[in-house]
Amino acid sequence: MSDRATRQAFRRGVRDGAPFLLVVAPFGLVFGVIGVEAGLGLAEVMGFSIFVIAGASQLAAVQLMAEGAPVAVVLATALAINLRMAMYSAALAPHLGSVPLGRRSVMAYFLVDQTFAASALEFERRPEMTAPEKAAYFLGVVAPVCLPWYGATLAGALLGGGLPPGWGLDFAVPITFLAVVTPMLRTPAHVAAAVVSAVGAVVLWALPWNLGLLVSALAAMATGALVEVASERRGAA
Amino acid sequence: MTLSTLEIWIVILALGAGTFLIRFSFLGLGDSAHWPPVILRLLRYTPVAVIPGLVAPLVLWPAATDGVPDLPRLAAAAATLAAGLWLRSPIWAILAGAAVLTVLLRIEAVV
Repeated sequence: MSDRATRQAFRRGVRDGAPFLLVVAPFGLVFGVIGVEAGLGLAEVMGFSIFVIAGASQLAAVQLMAEGAPVAVVLATALAINLRMAMYSAALAPHLGSVPLGRRSVMAYFLVDQTFAASALEFERRPEMTAPEKAAYFLGVVAPVCLPWYGATLAGALLGGGLPPGWGLDFAVPITFLAVVTPMLRTPAHVAAAVVSAVGAVVLWALPWNLGLLVSALAAMATGALVEVASERRGAA
Repeated sequence: MTLSTLEIWIVILALGAGTFLIRFSFLGLGDSAHWPPVILRLLRYTPVAVIPGLVAPLVLWPAATDGVPDLPRLAAAAATLAAGLWLRSPIWAILAGAAVLTVLLRIEAVV
């Protein structure tokens, strides 16, 4: 490994991560505004973006808290949204597993959709990279993706209270969620899971503590996996 | 917000710790980490399994109208969905939904 190759990998990461700024900045802004509108203080809004650093789960937590859901339900639902990151962690472990533990912990903290997507693509494209180079690339993507997240949240939180009512701001949460999830509907399995999730949550809406959402989420995960297996069988036959 | 400040911080810190453990899981175990493929297959669907269920009741029964279905919000959700599927870009989807909602709410306010 040479220092030069490591620095080049870092710079490639910065360059590949930069376009994600267009997604991360508005999302952070929306979370900041929504958090303040829901009645959170500035420190609490920033606490979410710094300690959790996962926008969709943060929005879900704030939405459920505003609806008066119990703490356990808020946590279960928000953590369920983040379970996908275990898959990211599993996919990157063969590439980054030999890096020292401290550095792996830092990368785990910054393991978000965008840093995963860029890194997985790069590591597939350049299998000859060493583990330290791969780590440098990952941290390069972190710079334009994760650091602006804090600033955008802060800007949204400061702006939040100043926005006029009657602009349908209440609906920013569903719109943001829909915008995040629809580009993920790439395969019949993803579509089937989404339909089961939406229909199930509406049908089971009367269950206490938002349990209907958790039940339909489990059913939707199973549906997605089953449809995937079925389409693989069809493809293989 | 009905939760106390203490409860809010419990949510923040527990969600932060839990999310970190999820992210750390396999990276923490190192390059020898292996889980059964069936688990990974299920994990692949977590966002599309949770988020639509979260959104559907919010769209059908908006809090702002006391749970009465509302044309501007239904139309905005449809526009977001259509733009997201068509353009595959979250930003354009948000802009489409926000534009439809803003225009229809203005019209509703005038009429």
